[in-house]
Amino acid sequence: MIDPVDRIPSERGHEAAPPLSPHLKRDAPLVPIDSAAGRSLMAVIAILTFLAALCAGGAALVANASTQWRSSIAREVTIQIRPSAGRDGDALVAQAAEIARMSPGVAGVEPYTREQSARLLEPWIGSGAGLLDLPIPRIVAVTLAEDARADTEALRRRIVAEVPGATLDDHALWLRRLSSMANTVVGVGIGLVLLVLLATGLAVAFATRGAMAGNKEIVDVLHLVGGDDAFIAREFQIRFLRLGLKGGALGCAAALAFIALAGLAAGSLRASPAGDQIEALFGAFDMGLGDYVLILLVGLVVAAVTAVVSRVTVRRYLADLR
Amino acid sequence: MKAFDETDDPYGPPVVHFENVGVRYGMGPEVLRDVTFSIEPRSFQFLTGPSGAGKTTLLRLMLMSVRATRGLVTLFGREVSRIGGDELTRVRRRMGVVFQDFRLLDHLTVYENVALPLRVQGRLEDSYRGEVVELLRWVGLGERMHALPPVLSGGEKQRAAIARALIVRPELLLADEPTGNVDPNLARRLLRLFIELNRLGTSVVIATHDLSLMDQVEARRLVLAEGHLLIDD
Repeated sequence: MIDPVDRIPSERGHEAAPPLSPHLKRDAPLVPIDSAAGRSLMAVIAILTFLAALCAGGAALVANASTQWRSSIAREVTIQIRPSAGRDGDALVAQAAEIARMSPGVAGVEPYTREQSARLLEPWIGSGAGLLDLPIPRIVAVTLAEDARADTEALRRRIVAEVPGATLDDHALWLRRLSSMANTVVGVGIGLVLLVLLATGLAVAFATRGAMAGNKEIVDVLHLVGGDDAFIAREFQIRFLRLGLKGGALGCAAALAFIALAGLAAGSLRASPAGDQIEALFGAFDMGLGDYVLILLVGLVVAAVTAVVSRVTVRRYLADLR
Repeated sequence: MKAFDETDDPYGPPVVHFENVGVRYGMGPEVLRDVTFSIEPRSFQFLTGPSGAGKTTLLRLMLMSVRATRGLVTLFGREVSRIGGDELTRVRRRMGVVFQDFRLLDHLTVYENVALPLRVQGRLEDSYRGEVVELLRWVGLGERMHALPPVLSGGEKQRAAIARALIVRPELLLADEPTGNVDPNLARRLLRLFIELNRLGTSVVIATHDLSLMDQVEARRLVLAEGHLLIDD
């Protein structure tokens, strides 16, 4: 005969259960997350995110700067008049300027004087070379209106036909070169981001296999108490997603701080030749909202890559166990 | 020949059926040889024999954590070699197991360890909280439910492991030396718990070499010696 007190609790009828502790700990992660290996992996993810975010931010800055270069260059064309004996250079310049002024879509015309044209050559030839005595080409700078579509081809035909020795340069060659250079830099940036994401995935895959091996006892117990592979994979995925989010957030924050500091440094150098070179390449470190979103997106993608890779790795590891 | 699910037994097919089962690890000798037996629904039996006789291996075969190198093993009417994937999980959820070394997760509290089989089934904590706490109080761990296993005594770990096995009301309970670390009084109480669980319909297999424990209950004894199984009804 079995003593009623020895009966399994819920078989004892509807006795009032004693009150439960309000501090009962519940739903702790089944896979420990604060291990040294976990912290190391988080540091690796943070560093990789920092590098990926810098690459993405750098590519965005160059893309922005290139857009600025292209729009400013595309709005200018230059008329060049070669000197030749027996022609009045000033009259030809005035004629070319007049033709340009009469063309539709032209916002401004600036004929360069002989002295201004000579000064353009000083950086190469020097100031004491008596440039005014030499037959130097004359320049007319034409600025196109932003809102109107100028017919540079018609202008070119008129200039060439009506002004002897004149040519029109719409900087198409420069534009093509700048575009290809900027596209190359942006492409390299995207490639580096992809490589860093790949490296993150591989690091997470190795770390996951290590974590699985280190927690084999836990995996065995979870299996034996009725946990299925999807449940176990989810537990590991949650662990790695947390690591990925923390590492991604740290890396993004570091990248944003670095870009902000670099912007301040570039601003303090702005009046110097070095600052001009930096600004020429990267623009004025002018980060728009979209660029900040891009950097945050890198952090989120790193976290997502971490979660997906860890889940796939765990599922494969569990399949191998079977 | 009748299939196991076509038996005339009112309780259905055997919960466990072994037929000429042999097990060897790697290239070593067979640790179990030609083992044939059945565990009927609602039955109670001891599995005994000297240390190293193969009791734990036999339990691991029933848990499907070891595969037989020959012979036929059937669980709940399904041949083990045909069980895989999701079905393996479903079959394991019908069993409760008490390991000789407890196998509690050290980073989880006693409460969380006992609730683990329910948690892995996706049940919400609110739906089982009272049940777990009540069972913990019943096995004398009501004041220790916040403790982590490393600070528990051997007897407390034993009771936590037993509570974890019982919480799902298994159809088959496998217990490996479940009273090995407790005093005789508690051992008797735990044995009564297993008997009560059996009365409610669970088939119970208790692996032990404690003769005094077995003498307290009239039950079938499966005796392992040198890899062979003898049945003492």
